[in-house]
Amino acid sequence: MSPSVPLQEMIRAIRSARTQCEERGVIQRECAAIRAQFRQADNGGRSHNLAKLLYVHMLGYPAHFGQMECVRMIASPRYSEKRVGYLGAMMLLDEKQDASLLITNSIKNDLSHSNQYVQSLALCTLACMGSAEMCRDLAPEIDRLLRASNSYIKKKAALCAVHIVRKVHDLGELFAPAARSLLAEKNHGVLHGAVVLIIELCERNPETLERFRKTVPDLVQIMKGLVLSGYSPEHDVAGISDPFLQVRILRLLRILGHNNEGASDAMNDLLAQVATNTDSTKTVGNAVLYETVLTVLDIKSESGLRVLAVNILGRFLLNNDRNIRYIAMTSLQKIVGTDHNAVQRHRGTIVDCLKDQDASVKRRALELSLALVSASNVRSMMKELLLFLSSCPAELKAHAASGIFNAAERYAPSQRWHIDTILHVLTTAGGDVRDETVPNLIQLITNASELHCYTVHKLYRALLTDISQQSLVQVACWCIGEYGDLLLRGECQETEAVQVTEDDVLDALETVLQSHMSSPTRITDNVDRIRSIVSIYGSCIDVELQQRAVEYNALFKKYDHMSLFPPPVCGFPQVCDLLDLLGGSEETLQPSPAVGAPAPGLLINTASTAGGDLLDLLGVLEPAPLAPGVTLRHTHTHTHTHTHTHTHTHTPQSDTGLTVTLTASNSTDSDISSFTLQAAVPKLYLSLAGPFLAASHYIKSFLLQVNLKMRVRISYTSQGSAFQDTVQIDSFPGLDAAGQ
Amino acid sequence: MIKAILIFNNHGKPRLIRFYQYFAEDMQQQIIRETFHLVSKRDDNVCNFLEGGSLIGGSDYKLIYRHYATLYFVFCVDSSESELGILDLIQVFVETLDKCFENVCELDLIFHMDKVHYILQEVVMGGMVLETNMNEIVAQVEVQNRMEKSESHMERMLLRRHLEPLSPHSHELG
Repeated sequence: MSPSVPLQEMIRAIRSARTQCEERGVIQRECAAIRAQFRQADNGGRSHNLAKLLYVHMLGYPAHFGQMECVRMIASPRYSEKRVGYLGAMMLLDEKQDASLLITNSIKNDLSHSNQYVQSLALCTLACMGSAEMCRDLAPEIDRLLRASNSYIKKKAALCAVHIVRKVHDLGELFAPAARSLLAEKNHGVLHGAVVLIIELCERNPETLERFRKTVPDLVQIMKGLVLSGYSPEHDVAGISDPFLQVRILRLLRILGHNNEGASDAMNDLLAQVATNTDSTKTVGNAVLYETVLTVLDIKSESGLRVLAVNILGRFLLNNDRNIRYIAMTSLQKIVGTDHNAVQRHRGTIVDCLKDQDASVKRRALELSLALVSASNVRSMMKELLLFLSSCPAELKAHAASGIFNAAERYAPSQRWHIDTILHVLTTAGGDVRDETVPNLIQLITNASELHCYTVHKLYRALLTDISQQSLVQVACWCIGEYGDLLLRGECQETEAVQVTEDDVLDALETVLQSHMSSPTRITDNVDRIRSIVSIYGSCIDVELQQRAVEYNALFKKYDHMSLFPPPVCGFPQVCDLLDLLGGSEETLQPSPAVGAPAPGLLINTASTAGGDLLDLLGVLEPAPLAPGVTLRHTHTHTHTHTHTHTHTHTPQSDTGLTVTLTASNSTDSDISSFTLQAAVPKLYLSLAGPFLAASHYIKSFLLQVNLKMRVRISYTSQGSAFQDTVQIDSFPGLDAAGQ
Repeated sequence: MIKAILIFNNHGKPRLIRFYQYFAEDMQQQIIRETFHLVSKRDDNVCNFLEGGSLIGGSDYKLIYRHYATLYFVFCVDSSESELGILDLIQVFVETLDKCFENVCELDLIFHMDKVHYILQEVVMGGMVLETNMNEIVAQVEVQNRMEKSESHMERMLLRRHLEPLSPHSHELG
């Protein structure tokens, strides 16, 4: 092979550079020289310069200044220059660049050049980067070449036609007749090109597909010739005659036989023959077998043939060659929907592939295993999948986790199993589960009411072991918040009893809080819940716990103004949590109190309950008498046409209570049904107030600045539609400052 | 369809790159780097198929590669190509290179980059498989090389004739 000496010299110079910087220097110098050479007139060495430029381009250096040189070279009469010019055009140009338009004429001329190798250069370039206009312009010429030229040109013209059809779909019609007649050729290269072209035409146009169905007998004949012809040294590859052509024809047969009984019948025998006669000990044999299997499974084949095909895939699964195992699983994936039972028979082998070293094989095995989970095998499959999850590569973890969740949801044999499975996933791959998993899980746990005790115990234990998995922490904290009382009770039927004290719980939550307060992610849900738990203990008898609770609340206050909560309306930030506790913004209408006096501070005591019930009603300690019978009237007007009125009356019943009465009247014509009332007050406020009265002067005066707020939600049904209304009462007139 | 053919060595240095779909130059280099990164992580006894990187394709594309001593041959293909078929094609291409260069090694690819492209052009055209018969490919490549050689030979001859002094009695000098 005659070398291009100037090119080689440059390559040597580049390679001798010891550093990246040095290399850049060499290349810059070379490019400058090339540029200078391009500007000069023809000096006989032009092809070398462009070759150098292409080398430099491969290394990643800019080479756009060579585009015009490519155009010039293509127009040259010299074959060597045309050759490198066309190569340069294919590497440096694309149809979007202006320079590419300039070569259209050269291509046109070269397509009818007397030298077939010049013709082939033009065909090659057109097939690589021909624009739609070029294609339209030159299509008739390509069609001519398809019919009347030698095999070398015909096969190139066929692939060029494929490119043209991709660019300009309508031109498919033009090439169909020529493609049809090419099937009679003997040359395998031409046959191959013809089949590729026909595949393209059939995929683009269903009518063309119909017409080409008539060629099935011809294709079958060709295949038979290849399979049964005996040894042909010209085409032989490891004992199989032109496996590439066989594979290509099989693919075309698949397209023609798909969804068509007649065509499928015509090829049935052939496919059976190929499936049984092809030697599967060599890779080329397996390529043909594989394509046969895919074709059998995609057309309307006889059931016997289908079974044969799936069995071949089963054999592939046991092959030592990983490539074969991989592609077997790819095809089983495609048919797992339609031939589910057949694939189930190979479940054992597939599950074994989960343990394969190869990441690609693992990925395929995971997909298939998830598809094979059914009600009957869910326990054993899930065991394998969970085992897989603990050791699978990082890039598959999220997919595996969500796949396991879906499968668990569909086929869980029992709720407890379901929760166990979810917990297992959270502990192994909690960091990789998708965001929506957490609310879904919370929903699931809520619904499994008889398992609350069991769940909270398990989550608590999981939390103790590991707080790094974010979703696990979220669910665990929520659960402890909701069912913390069950945890403290200690006994649990479904799992071993563990003595959990409030201290332990607080310890665990403290660890979580500390790790999360320092981290940038704010899990505001948890903090709310934790606050509500902490507030419980605030009114607890145990002084130690009370103190801890106060400290936490102070901490919360400190961190609160760093959070995303809306700015506090009053001086006591926790009161604003009320807005969140009832779930944010509905139609909040500002109440207009008919009577109002600035609300004084209020001392309130309450017997707070353990558990997270948001809807405690007020119990009020009122050392001073209230002005009796003060009425607040709130009017609510909805966007619809009816109104109703709520009236709140405050009547001091006793020294230890404030009763708030709500009167609702319906001034519309239609009935109102399903009327419910919910009222909420800020618990922390309540809890702090009680036993701390005696504590310190600071706390006492702090409390005096607080307003009592209440949020009331009313929902009802009227005229078939549901309505909901929320009112926030910021002041209770008649209550004066200092509790007087 | 074959979207790209990349040959690079064990350190990721490109030895031949051919894209059958247009990518800007910096994108091409990024793809090479990403492909090298994906392929070099693989053990030698794992399968030769990789789901493609995010840059070059989408879910429809696969990387099919073979590792020969110091070189990786990577074909990026879509689902219209048979995976095993492409593996065999890589083998055909390498055997063809071996025939054309006589026991081909990495240096041959480095110093004869243009020749390698011309050989590849006889195997794959416009992202489609053109010819798989090794003898046919080698024969065609040799004809074209001879053409180039004879063209340059003729030109040298013509040039010499121009430059030679016209001396009718030169052969009589004694």
